[in-house]
Amino acid sequence: MIYYVIRRLLIAIPSLLGISVVLFTVLALAPGDPFEELATNPNVPAEVRAALRQKFGLDDPVYLRYWHWINAMVRGDWGFSFVSRVNVDTLILQRMPTSLFIIGMSQILALLVAIPVGVYAATRPYSLFDQVATTMAFIGFSLPTFFTGLVLILVFSIWLDWLPFVFRSDIPAIGWRWVWEHFKQSIMPITVLGLALGGSLTRYVRSAVLDVIRLDYVTTARSKGLGEKVVIVKHVVRNALIPVVTLLALQMPAIFGGAIVTEQIFRIPGIGSLLISSILANDTPVVMAVTFVFACLVVFFNLIADILYGWLDPRISYR
Amino acid sequence: MTVCDLRGMIADVKAGTLSRRSFMQKMLAIGLTAPIVAQMLAHSGVAIAQGAKFAYKPAKRGGGGTLKLLWWQGPTLLNPHFAVGTKDQDGARLFYEPLAAWDQDGNLVPVLAAEIPTRENGGLAADGKSVVWKIKKDVKWHDGKPLSADDLVFNWEYASDPATASVTIGSYKDCKVDKIDDHSVRVSFPKPTPFWADAFVGVRGMLIPKHHFAEFKGSKSREAPANLKPVGTGPYVFEEFKPGDLVKGKANTGYHVANQPYFDAIEMKGGGDAVSAARAVIQTGEYDYAWNLQVEDDILKRLEQGGKGKVNILETGNIEHIQINFTDPWTEVDGERANRKTKHPILADKAVRDALALLVDRKSVEDHIYGRTGIATANFLNNPPPVRSTNTSYEFNVDKAAALLEDAGWKKGADGVREKGGKKLKLVYQSSINAPRQKTQQIVKQAAQKAGIDLELKSITASVYFSSDVGNPDTYTKFYTDLQMYTTTMTQPDAELFMNQFITAEISSKDNKWQGRNITRWSNAEYDAAFVAAQGELDPVKRAALFIKMNDLIVNDRAVIAVVARPLVGASGTALRPRLTGWDNTTAFINDWYKEA
Repeated sequence: MIYYVIRRLLIAIPSLLGISVVLFTVLALAPGDPFEELATNPNVPAEVRAALRQKFGLDDPVYLRYWHWINAMVRGDWGFSFVSRVNVDTLILQRMPTSLFIIGMSQILALLVAIPVGVYAATRPYSLFDQVATTMAFIGFSLPTFFTGLVLILVFSIWLDWLPFVFRSDIPAIGWRWVWEHFKQSIMPITVLGLALGGSLTRYVRSAVLDVIRLDYVTTARSKGLGEKVVIVKHVVRNALIPVVTLLALQMPAIFGGAIVTEQIFRIPGIGSLLISSILANDTPVVMAVTFVFACLVVFFNLIADILYGWLDPRISYR
Repeated sequence: MTVCDLRGMIADVKAGTLSRRSFMQKMLAIGLTAPIVAQMLAHSGVAIAQGAKFAYKPAKRGGGGTLKLLWWQGPTLLNPHFAVGTKDQDGARLFYEPLAAWDQDGNLVPVLAAEIPTRENGGLAADGKSVVWKIKKDVKWHDGKPLSADDLVFNWEYASDPATASVTIGSYKDCKVDKIDDHSVRVSFPKPTPFWADAFVGVRGMLIPKHHFAEFKGSKSREAPANLKPVGTGPYVFEEFKPGDLVKGKANTGYHVANQPYFDAIEMKGGGDAVSAARAVIQTGEYDYAWNLQVEDDILKRLEQGGKGKVNILETGNIEHIQINFTDPWTEVDGERANRKTKHPILADKAVRDALALLVDRKSVEDHIYGRTGIATANFLNNPPPVRSTNTSYEFNVDKAAALLEDAGWKKGADGVREKGGKKLKLVYQSSINAPRQKTQQIVKQAAQKAGIDLELKSITASVYFSSDVGNPDTYTKFYTDLQMYTTTMTQPDAELFMNQFITAEISSKDNKWQGRNITRWSNAEYDAAFVAAQGELDPVKRAALFIKMNDLIVNDRAVIAVVARPLVGASGTALRPRLTGWDNTTAFINDWYKEA
């Protein structure tokens, strides 16, 4: 097992290196210049821009810039943003907690919806409940988050005026009031993300349970005289959830991606909105770092999924 | 309009037979900006109108709660000497202050200065080569240290050091700052400088404390802790900063103006988009003020009907205009297209340029596309004309344009496109991708078609079009097409820098890596002479007359076709009384803002 993990981690290194090369090249080839605003401002002499470009090493050839970047990265130096001149790791750490909170909560919400609904729908396939659940699930994952986000804002913020639609990272309150205010502003983004996820998860849980429920051991359990509830919860759901867990882990990076749009709509100061504003400003070090973090997450969660799978299902062994 | 006319009118204003307001409007109509007019009047001894002053009502400091600002692009850095974009300057302005600021009428208002230097008070030298600034005596930095002349000298040293790579260097590098005593400095210029109110004034004049930045001058400038934790003299004391997301401050209890600020705390939130920012202020009232609302006027009007907020429109010198290429963009000479030695095969004909000017339906563009956010105009150096200009005017007349072309020998071919000597009247018209621009292009194209000109429309992604990428042929400074349209911004209240866009020395070419500001490659000896004269002209009235002449030259020779003037659009809640200006940062007078109970 340990060998397996180590081997997987070692394999991850070349793939991360490959990813970083591709990212860096694409960013270097993309049009634009982080000091564009300086170029269009007649008050700023061209020499200032030239000096800044030289100072930040932008005039070096791409391979040299990549070499400097990877060298610094290995030593734990993430560089600094061209735009705000703040260290990139500070910027990311500043925004990480908010992103993790929103994404984590939406995952939990998705699970809370998907498992009961999926299991119940599977125990009564093609019933009215199942039909409704299926329809809702399809609506859930076919509507893009930017659309559901705007609809929620229109209904709850503008028509009903119940919830704020600008997310504030500094709520001027303490204790329960803080929790309440925070809850009020988080509920819309969490719902938007959670429901988009919940839709596909529900379908997945339903089919997993359907696969298991027909197996012989379930019939055996029933014929032993066990109650329906025990059969479903203890025998069926447990086994059916194994593939669901993997799916959850594998979906993690996609959720980070989906959160980018949601963060932009609700003005959530997470790493997604950091990525968008950095891309718009051609702030290469930040774009590079954030996309690299995403890449690491993909590799990392893939590994987690594999390990979890083996832990949940001892028949699978690692070599 | 000659110098004599101007002097006569100013005398009328002085005598009271002509109101200041109508004089201002007449001047705006002939293409002068408010700051230039104000300078002219101040120089001629006409006092600032009392009515124009902002009425600050609160009788005590504090008690106003939190002022919530929504900037849909949040500030990313707070050192004013590195603040490139207005968002950064606006954020820095909450904490830092300059010696003086420009108000909406173009007047220079003292902030940290004890008074505005004039000839009468001895501040301005007769030869125009130096200015003496006196600063207020009771001003303290947020950490309690007093503001002194040393800080001013330091700011000049800091900004003018090329190793610092500050964006304010342009305002400081050519002057010299000497300390006279603890509360006054002399700024000296190498040559007579009519626009002396640049260093230490407005957007690029914010002062940073010497005791926090002295060790971080030059190449170590990035490392200063105070870059992220401003210590200024402003109405608000820094509390928290998250780049791109949030700037927070609380009232400065030791602020140098009595009874100010009114608000106990300030918060500037960033992120999102312009439309939802407008909603958060005008429709739901979650925020008090939103900045730079590039939103269709129809949407703004609909939002305003709720009655929770209103739109503020502030005139600026920014102008959406069509540029005409005077060189041939389709032939390569000396390794570049649009080489200055070439002549445009079609547009060199004045009749074609005149016809094009007649084919731009500015009224429709204003009415159907921009609404209140773009005002039809004929002038390049500009403010919205409340009365029709005396020297320049605009007209939309397809028949007249067709007749002009007919007379000049451009005859209609079988396909409806005119031609002369085998040359078809076909032009390529480019702009950046932006919905109002594409609609404007369509309006012009349709009118041109009726007159027998075939316009091919081209639109380029803004990030490419406005970039300075030397390798890309589609940038606006290369201008490899016949016509192009964009908004040029006026980055300082004085027109000198703005008007250098048409001097021969600034022609954009391969030699200057297309950094030259004269993009049309129009060249006119009379204009160049007027520009040089204006650079050294100390009498604001004569200088204004020169600017009027320059504007007339470009407009009447059709170097550009002005389309609409672009004011600054913001939104505020109904209770908020913001003191705003289009000639300085939106937050320039943030100390004066208050809420009506």
